Amino acid sequence: MASSAMVTANQLIIMEELKLFRTWSSPFALRVVWALDLKGIQYDTIFEDISNKSSLLLQYNPIYKKVPVLVHNGKPLLESLVILEYIDETWKQTPLLPEDPSERATARFWAKFGDDKVLPSIWNVFIKQGKDQEEAIVTAQENLGFVERQLTGKKFFNGETIGLVDLAFGWLANLLSVLEEVCGATLIDHEKFPLLLEWIQNFAYAPIIKESWPPRDKLITKYQAHHEVYTSKEAPK
Amino acid sequence: MFGMRVRIALAEKGIKYEYKEEDLKNKSPLLLEMNPIKKQIPVLIHNGKPVCESLIIVQYIDEVWNDKSPLLPSDPYQRAQARFWADFVDKKVFGDAQKVCSTKGEEQEAGKKEFLETLKTLEVELGDKPYFGGETFGYVDLSFITFYSWFHAYEVLGNINIEAECPKIIAWAKRCMQKEAVAKTLPDQKKVYEEHVARLRKMFVSE
Repeated sequence: MASSAMVTANQLIIMEELKLFRTWSSPFALRVVWALDLKGIQYDTIFEDISNKSSLLLQYNPIYKKVPVLVHNGKPLLESLVILEYIDETWKQTPLLPEDPSERATARFWAKFGDDKVLPSIWNVFIKQGKDQEEAIVTAQENLGFVERQLTGKKFFNGETIGLVDLAFGWLANLLSVLEEVCGATLIDHEKFPLLLEWIQNFAYAPIIKESWPPRDKLITKYQAHHEVYTSKEAPK
Repeated sequence: MFGMRVRIALAEKGIKYEYKEEDLKNKSPLLLEMNPIKKQIPVLIHNGKPVCESLIIVQYIDEVWNDKSPLLPSDPYQRAQARFWADFVDKKVFGDAQKVCSTKGEEQEAGKKEFLETLKTLEVELGDKPYFGGETFGYVDLSFITFYSWFHAYEVLGNINIEAECPKIIAWAKRCMQKEAVAKTLPDQKKVYEEHVARLRKMFVSE
């Protein structure tokens, strides 16, 4: 009798409310999916339609009106990298960040570099044409070069196991090739980026990670539509 | 502005350090070695290892010297809130302020409107708390207060009155300025404006 009462009490304690607002394609929301799944945390998913955002999403994220939003026991968390650190601090299994403060600072630096520099420079290649695109490719490859060197002697950015920086760069493992295919530019090749290509293979097929990739054909269609909008605005040079 | 965040954090914690002023037009080999990717200040070198990016440095300082004056809250949700708002300051305040300072006409009018809206958003977040961190000066306060030395410049260049639009922000800033760590680090507002104007004048003369 006593033991089943204890089991019931434990079950009540474990049942926290965790909701993730995401879209099927958002690479930022995917980071949160991976973090929760890697840690074996249970949560509910609410898929948003970006052209018709739910009033709940707008209530939780009035400033940016974007996904991902993670709501934990009614309290909203915004911005994927902030959410990842929150998850890591709240659920200690399968740590995403190292313990050493200097290594943590390095991880945070690379995650930020990815979002502030690498992603916008690759997006620039995607939306530009002609000479502008050629220049954009130079910048993007410079940035990717820094990232490539970070993988020297390591399987993942985090070392032997996947960590925050790997999740932050996750979009390189699926979205990059979609953008390359749609806009016709090749950014990474075996000659210049062997480590990055190897990382992409290791990451894309890693357990847990591989369960959540959005369908590639749907991504191609989506980004083809984007590309048409951008390239019809600009006169080719 | 960004270097000042680190200096305030170090002062708050009473940490001794060596300060090396960089000439951004003639960067030292040490800076380029320690921050080869962004080639920017601030860079904190601790036991020979570099830490880059002002807010990342502040978090590092908070984690290493964790025995005194915590800058980030200990509760994970409060920490996430602090990180969100510091990131908001970085994303919005800096960009909006640049539009106020360096554009004209319609573009500047739009920039001014956005800048004041951003300040008002921060004012709502501050609410009736003495600091963004609550009862004590913390991470978000530190990330935003360094812009205060530019307020006079924004007001003159943008023809705006920040105190009239956001009185709570000004009250908060003055409260922060009463802290020794902040008062000692932030340059005088009028000096900042005059140096900015002098820089602009030099640019026009050399063109």
